[in-house]
Amino acid sequence: MHELSIVMSIIDIAERQAQQANASHIDEIELDIGTLSGIEFDALEFAWAEGVRKTILENAVRKINKIEASATCSDCGNIFPIEHFYDACPKCSGHLISITKGKELRVKSLVVS
Amino acid sequence: MCATCGCDTGAVSSIHHHGHDHDHSFEREHHHHKTIVDVEQDVLHQNNLLAERNRGYFDAKNIRALNLVSSPGSGKTSLLEKTLIDLKNEMDFAVIEGDQQTTNDADRIHATGTKVTQINTGKGCHLDSHMIYHAVHGMKLRENMVLFIENVGNLVCPAMFDLGEKERVVIISVTEGDDKPLKYPDMFHTSTLCIINKIDLLPYVPFSMDKVKENAKKINPNLQFREVSCTSGEGLESWYSWLRSKVLIPQEV
Repeated sequence: MHELSIVMSIIDIAERQAQQANASHIDEIELDIGTLSGIEFDALEFAWAEGVRKTILENAVRKINKIEASATCSDCGNIFPIEHFYDACPKCSGHLISITKGKELRVKSLVVS
Repeated sequence: MCATCGCDTGAVSSIHHHGHDHDHSFEREHHHHKTIVDVEQDVLHQNNLLAERNRGYFDAKNIRALNLVSSPGSGKTSLLEKTLIDLKNEMDFAVIEGDQQTTNDADRIHATGTKVTQINTGKGCHLDSHMIYHAVHGMKLRENMVLFIENVGNLVCPAMFDLGEKERVVIISVTEGDDKPLKYPDMFHTSTLCIINKIDLLPYVPFSMDKVKENAKKINPNLQFREVSCTSGEGLESWYSWLRSKVLIPQEV
């Protein structure tokens, strides 16, 4: 359940940003999360409900941009979507691939007031 | 800049007012008393910063820090005990032990005569760079040491947290099944060496050495392997030579 410590880090970032903006409320938070970031979306949901209680994010609307992962094959240069780390290049069946998208885990924006 | 309409208000984080009337045709309704802050910050930013700081400290002292990860019961502590005793006269070791509770592992390491610090994570399922930062500060590490960080037994959560280590070593045992890399890919993706432990039990379990390597290589084609048994001592020498190859001999200036 590392998702709970991820939620804690998100709260830290949100609190700091709200303070810098002299805001007392966060109405909305937008997150970018890749499908290979190591975050289980259901576990995040559960940890979120528990984690944000009595914090500045308690009533914030959460928006998650789920970023589908893709990779570039180092052998043939093919760019393709991947679901798992062990997926092979669909063109040449090679496993020497580099993941170019899908490892994102960031706070994109906040709406504060 | 206002992220909804693009009007320039100077500072990003300031509360802004528009001196003009306009309609927005965007999904998000524009409330004039609200401000959008573009954050674009990695959630693990703080952890990663501190990990780099740890790494810098280790580099400055020419300390080889290795992060040992595995499921509970794969034999991390036994492997460490063997290594610490066998290479006692060759390398200067220190150990950080991570467990949810107890000092049992630290006691075992301490019995080998090695400097050791125990971190109890309580409810936590992994070590993070902040814990390592504080542990290291209390340890007075010497130059050219080899620092083993034995992470909490867990193949999922520790994968996400950089501690500032030089290399990550994943340990599995033959009793765990040869599809383990496919089930827990993150850890195999981020490790450079995979130690396969308890090979003395191979005759008794349905475990294919070829299959486990094939599975792990699908996830990480550059992963290296060492097959060992801490009970019989078989294969330990190959792990020791890997370790020797990683230790930098200090250069005379």
